[in-house]
Amino acid sequence: MLAPFGVAAAAGVSFWAMLSGMGTGHFDPHDIHTPSAGRRVPAFDLPPQAPGQGFSQATLAAQNRPILVNFFASWCIPCVMEAQTLAALGSALPIWGIAYKDTPENAQGFVTRTGNPYRRLASDRSGVTAIDWGVSGVPESFLIAPGGLIEWHVAGPLTDDNIRTGLRPAIENLKR
Amino acid sequence: MIRLWMLLFLLLAPVSALVSMPALAVDDPAEMLSNPAQEARAETIGAQLRCLVCQNESIEDSGADLARDLRRIVRVHVKDGESNQQIIGWMVERYGNFIRLRPPFNGMTMLLWIMPLLALALGGAASWLGWRRRRHQAPPQPLSDIERRRLDDLIESR
Repeated sequence: MLAPFGVAAAAGVSFWAMLSGMGTGHFDPHDIHTPSAGRRVPAFDLPPQAPGQGFSQATLAAQNRPILVNFFASWCIPCVMEAQTLAALGSALPIWGIAYKDTPENAQGFVTRTGNPYRRLASDRSGVTAIDWGVSGVPESFLIAPGGLIEWHVAGPLTDDNIRTGLRPAIENLKR
Repeated sequence: MIRLWMLLFLLLAPVSALVSMPALAVDDPAEMLSNPAQEARAETIGAQLRCLVCQNESIEDSGADLARDLRRIVRVHVKDGESNQQIIGWMVERYGNFIRLRPPFNGMTMLLWIMPLLALALGGAASWLGWRRRRHQAPPQPLSDIERRRLDDLIESR
């Protein structure tokens, strides 16, 4: 007799859990869980974007320490907000930038204005390389392990929160 | 009678909407393949792929830049003679199953797929149980003399 009430209560509680998760940011139905973590960096070779030096899959794989690859664009508003976080992060972790669907002049202006945190800078004007990486929008960042394996990925800006819960543990994991 | 017709209309409306869905094609004719059969195939594939920017639209419907790029890629692969499955696989490899508007049947999505059947079975079982209980119920007893007299009194007193 109580079974229907039990089912209704369970449904209600799960719905509540879902809504409160959306409120606190732990559950986002728009989140894109691309399967890139654990994969190899796709094959690519991108031209330089001033004021930096371009790079390819081979250069990335040849590094002997973790690299953060950051897709950005001058037309992207979250990228502006992310710039400060990147600048703070850049002293501890080398960041390589890829300008996504941007004109060289605009990308250069953006990088100069926001205090260039990038050790290397490449240009993906057509956005085709980004698709191979599984990028769905800028900004997006990938932590690359020495050897060229994608260790961690975030679609959206780096924040203090996801650096603490995602990026730092991933770097620690690589040191072990 | 009118109600019946309305009910029928309401039931069939979604079906007719599906059947009469317009060709969703792309906004720029230059994007389309010159071979109509290949273009039609590209459109069916594109209609099954989620635009990751708008998320509730397929890449065929979406006006986002990324959707246009993905449409172009689908067409390149169609031209290369790849199968629908190969092309969707190419997308899933990069963006995960999230890019498929029609999720595959697996352990994670099983409940989602069998829910209509499950709901039908549960509803059927519930109504069958109710019907059986009602059939096995003893017919109501005829009124006793006291009850009949009280009923008459009540009717008269009105």
